Amino acid sequence: MSHQLGWKVGGEQGAGIDSTGEIFAWTMHRLGYYVFAYRHFMSRIKGGHTNYKIRVADAEITHHGDDLHILVAFDQETVNVNWNELVDGGIVIADGSLKAPDDARVQFCNIPLTGLAKEAGSAIMKNMVAVGVTAAIVGLTPEHFLPVIEERFAKKGQDVVDSNLSAVRKGFAHYNEHFAGHLALPDAPESVDPNHLYISGNEAVALGALAAGCRVLAQYPITPATEVMYSLVKYLPEYGGVVIQAEDEIAAVNMALGANYAGTRSMTCTSGPGFSLMMEALGLSGMSETPLVIVDVQRSGPSTGLPTKTEQSDLYEALYGSHGEFPRIVLAPTSVQECFSYAVLAFNLAERYQCPVILASDLYMGMSKGSTDLLDTTAVSIERGKLLADADLAGVTRGEFRRYAVTDDGVSPRAIPGQKGGRFIALGNEHDELGFEMEDQTMRNLQMDKRARKLTGYTGPNGVTAVGPASSALTLVGFGSTKGVIAEAREALLAEGLQVSHVQLGVLAPFPEDALKPYVEGAGRLLVVEVNSRGQLADQLRLHLGHHEKLDSCLKYDGDPLLIADIVKRAKEVLSVGSPS
Amino acid sequence: MAVLADYKAEKPTWCPGCGDFGVLNALQRAAVDLALDPEEMVVVSGIGCSGKLSAYFGSYGLHTIHGRSLPTAQGVKMANRDLTVVAAGGDGDGFGIGLGHFIHAMRRNIDITYLVMDNHIYGLTTGQTSPTSDHGMVTKTAPKGAVEEPVHPLELALVTGCGFIAQGFSGDIAQLSQIIKRAIAHKGFSFVNIYSPCVTYNKQNTYEFYKGNVKKVEEIDGYDATNRFAVLQQVSEAHALLTGVLYEAERPTFEQSVPRFATTGLSQLEHRLDAKDYERLLADFR
Ligand SMILES: Cc1ncc(C[n+]2csc(CCOP(=O)(O)OP(=O)(O)O)c2C)c(N)n1
Ligand code: SF4
Ligand SMILES: [Mg+2]
Repeated sequence: MSHQLGWKVGGEQGAGIDSTGEIFAWTMHRLGYYVFAYRHFMSRIKGGHTNYKIRVADAEITHHGDDLHILVAFDQETVNVNWNELVDGGIVIADGSLKAPDDARVQFCNIPLTGLAKEAGSAIMKNMVAVGVTAAIVGLTPEHFLPVIEERFAKKGQDVVDSNLSAVRKGFAHYNEHFAGHLALPDAPESVDPNHLYISGNEAVALGALAAGCRVLAQYPITPATEVMYSLVKYLPEYGGVVIQAEDEIAAVNMALGANYAGTRSMTCTSGPGFSLMMEALGLSGMSETPLVIVDVQRSGPSTGLPTKTEQSDLYEALYGSHGEFPRIVLAPTSVQECFSYAVLAFNLAERYQCPVILASDLYMGMSKGSTDLLDTTAVSIERGKLLADADLAGVTRGEFRRYAVTDDGVSPRAIPGQKGGRFIALGNEHDELGFEMEDQTMRNLQMDKRARKLTGYTGPNGVTAVGPASSALTLVGFGSTKGVIAEAREALLAEGLQVSHVQLGVLAPFPEDALKPYVEGAGRLLVVEVNSRGQLADQLRLHLGHHEKLDSCLKYDGDPLLIADIVKRAKEVLSVGSPS
Repeated sequence: MAVLADYKAEKPTWCPGCGDFGVLNALQRAAVDLALDPEEMVVVSGIGCSGKLSAYFGSYGLHTIHGRSLPTAQGVKMANRDLTVVAAGGDGDGFGIGLGHFIHAMRRNIDITYLVMDNHIYGLTTGQTSPTSDHGMVTKTAPKGAVEEPVHPLELALVTGCGFIAQGFSGDIAQLSQIIKRAIAHKGFSFVNIYSPCVTYNKQNTYEFYKGNVKKVEEIDGYDATNRFAVLQQVSEAHALLTGVLYEAERPTFEQSVPRFATTGLSQLEHRLDAKDYERLLADFR
């Protein structure tokens, strides 16, 4: 990574931390920078420490960065909690008379943020004063922030816009008058890509679902998945669709299943506790061969766990949850672009294979926002698999449509209610080809094998991204949201002269054994990086590819997202480089 | 136009004399009378002897999991509002494991019809206490008699504000099919509780018992099916042994109330976005 700047604002929850972060991030994004923003928050509405970290770079980034250059602190806890993250030469913008630790590495600036805000009209504009101070430190002007301020406050009247801008100016002037330290932004891009978007994983999933033709969302609110619902509450009415706030996740998933059965693409979206409630319906989808898309924005478990913290610990559940045996597809988008494209893919695969598809992102991926130029809407296509047209059913006598016909590829042609000749019963009981419940052993085996066969012929993407040679001293392996941080860790290791490759998985089922094999066999050692405590991905590698002796894990489950240094440190331990800690 | 034979599918496997035959029969007659196209109709059932209704009725069917016929049926209706959607199940299915969905389906008021085959027992699992088993009723799981107060589905529906509440009896198919016709015709969620005797595991709530004890509301002088509080009192006083359309009121349906919900079934529409759509959608992220 070339030059970059880490900026963070922190304070008590409910004190306007988010809006400060948003104004800074949006302004940087609009200037053409690549921004990545991670929100650290707690499961309470008021009080408790919250912070918003924004990393600004001159190329696309998918991690909030280990380093902090500027810290805006509205309370003492923010100073204390985040001090160690500050680089030497960093600057702290501290409200009023907050105290600096006894540490000269950092320039500590006590600035009357609240006082200056009061002068501008109201104490709540202390965040705007901090924005002005930031502008002075990084060499921008208050006017750079004007477009975003206007956008946010125009509705409240010109007065409000003016007083906010005046607060920014006061902060700007105060810093320049009393302090001298400057920290440079990366070079501003010469031109801004027309597709330069600032978007979160959850927003991208919602857009992808809309693009895929999903017109019914049934969901029960849960952090960190609720934003998908907010987006679709906005979009679906514009396209004739509907969002149902279900009474619980059992209702939500069954509603989605019912809608898919009746021919309209539908999904539900949840996080761990809700996903657990959906297990029985997952099996109904598998058995009745009804397409179903479930988005699981994973958070820390078990049970209520750390409900506002990230984790990748639902992998076992996504792969194995629910009783009995049935085919399923598990996708784990590795970037915000994939949150969009995999949402489309999820619907296409659910219809192609007539089975449940689980799109497993996580809090870090879902709620973090980043700049990207790569969201590709031109590649969207809606593929409905073996869904029959009315004409295909023309010759079929009522009651003779073989919905569960035993086919070579295991997928049977599907009709939907309203179609003449296509009448059938979808069901969770074992059944014959017509869909009648039965217990004949031969037919039982035929139907079980037919369903299992669907994915042995899987032709969807394998989701493997590999960087670096297969024959490496060490290969880092991860899935889903960790792609960015692992990639940066690899660069750091390469910079130290170590030979490291990186393989990231975006599809967990069907497991991409063939694509992974050369990397697993070629690597000296494998370090499996995941945000859980059991090494769930490492288990999958052992199960499918063996090589137990080569595998090590880099695990994190304390609630914080992985840092680049976490991986670098563990990689060196595994390679026995440097001083083991 | 469809005739009775068109609404027949698989041959039922219920015990001879099971009340559920009467329900199937009444539903078939109602469908014929309403001239419903079997392919424009979906029966969504739960698990239980009653849940087999979807396999025996000749429309599209969805035989779901225990207690979840209502959410699934609501999903079907959302996907294609032009379909006639009937949810069906037993007393355990609807008032035990699925009770929460029942209350919320009434609140939501999606235009579907819900038939509960209430035999006061768990039939398919061979005779355990159900949430509508009478207090003191002896079953395999309550050999000394049920100690819990039963759920009162009619009263529950009345206080929840359900817009159509009826009760039928499998022993009176003519009346039941008339009730089901009105339930299907009603715009919004309609609930029909049906005394449907389990001849194998319930020796208490029998055909004879109901024949001798239920009263038709149309035979009650001055019965006012629009006065919710009066109906509530009458149902309670009669220990719910009333049949007929007990209560009906007009309420806007969910479909009518959702802003800009497509007036044609969503499953009949194309849903591709074009470059202009993306331009507009992505503007928020620039
Ligand atoms: C989740 C779940 N729990 C338990 C069962 C077992 N089970 C099947 S049907 C049933 C009760 C059936 O009673 P009711 O709904 O009254 O239907 P009936 O057979 O009397 O028509 C039970 C407990 C099941 N299938 N699924
Ligand atoms: S057990 Fe009871 S409810 Fe089930 S089929 Fe027999 S009579 Fe009907
Ligand atoms: Mg029962």
